[in-house]
Amino acid sequence: MISIKEYVAPKTLDEALKVLESSKKATIIGGGAFLKLGSINISKAIDLSKLNLDFIKEYDNKIEIGAMATFGDIERSKVLKKYFNNALGLSVKDIVGVQLRNMVTVGATVYSRYGFSDILTCLLSLDTKVSLKKQGEISLEKFLIEGSNKKDILEKIIISKDGRKASFKSMRNSKGDYAILNLSVSKKDDTYLIAVGARPNRATLAYETIKYLKGKHIDETVIKKACEIIEDEITFGSNIRANKEYRKGLSKVLLKRALTEVVNYEN
Amino acid sequence: MKINLKINGEKKVFDVSADEYLADTLRKNGYLSVRKGCDTGSCGACTVHFDGKAILSCVMLSLRADGHEITTIEGVTKKAEKIGKYLVDEGVDQCGYCSPGTIMSILYLEKCIENPTDEEILHFMNGNLCRCTGYVGQLRAIKKYLEGKK
Repeated sequence: MISIKEYVAPKTLDEALKVLESSKKATIIGGGAFLKLGSINISKAIDLSKLNLDFIKEYDNKIEIGAMATFGDIERSKVLKKYFNNALGLSVKDIVGVQLRNMVTVGATVYSRYGFSDILTCLLSLDTKVSLKKQGEISLEKFLIEGSNKKDILEKIIISKDGRKASFKSMRNSKGDYAILNLSVSKKDDTYLIAVGARPNRATLAYETIKYLKGKHIDETVIKKACEIIEDEITFGSNIRANKEYRKGLSKVLLKRALTEVVNYEN
Repeated sequence: MKINLKINGEKKVFDVSADEYLADTLRKNGYLSVRKGCDTGSCGACTVHFDGKAILSCVMLSLRADGHEITTIEGVTKKAEKIGKYLVDEGVDQCGYCSPGTIMSILYLEKCIENPTDEEILHFMNGNLCRCTGYVGQLRAIKKYLEGKK
């Protein structure tokens, strides 16, 4: 059950922040699609849909995605299809149905740091920053660990166009369900970035595996060793979709597939 | 609070509460093709077009729709009837509860993908659940409808 006492749709980001800071119980509404899955009383709902934050912009060295861009926008974006082997588009394509993807926003998913998120895992394997109205730009890696330390509004995310190759993999019980586990690998020069999400906790980088793979030529032996490292270093948990042992086993399969794909892209 | 909508090409003004959802607003005002199934954004029965894009009206707050254009099946009756015939011919219109949402998604598919493959059709229709008939007959009906248009 959801109840909302007051609803405001500010026209500027400054105005939105002012409203947010004016009340302890003021809440930002992103896509709003997940509100009904819980029970919540909102004294003041702040709708960001009038702020023109539904953009995907390409610059010389970066791509900016506005907080109100939807997963549908990501999936269809011609800009994003050109980079990272379309990993971002592929990371959202199996989320529920096309209608929900036309509503769910990037900003809400990133700001909420949802554990089940697919796109967060993919973004974490790229050079991604979040841009917050008050705190400015911080790395997604730091944001996922620390969150926002004050009432703030996510304006956009910024991804470096650094020529990275990327591969996103996930496993689901059925199409459209939440992922049991997702994993994303990117490679730039001799360095890999590997992110694991839906563990079921929020996405994290696999630091030891990244360290091991640095500068290595990828072959069967190296992949096998990397799989052993990742299953040991990542903390997996159990929920209704799978237990931690299954996730642990799955991490090796997804890593092998993603690494192989990234290497193939390079060749 | 008042909201201004353009529904099926007609300007409308509705009085809604802050926590009212678009599916309820539409149904209250006579757009009864908009069905409420799961009421949590999972089944697709409430699918309408919002500025031309398919969305789930059961999880969209009515106030967010202020100033936007909504299309329900009442606004596309001729096309809907045509698609409906293909669904009936393939035996995939049994209880009929999901049909309006399904048809709105088929119309959106038609707009988004030219000559879709079987896989693309199944993937696109993933957000519309049908508990009577399954999806094989639905796939046949959609293919025949798209083929019939050529």
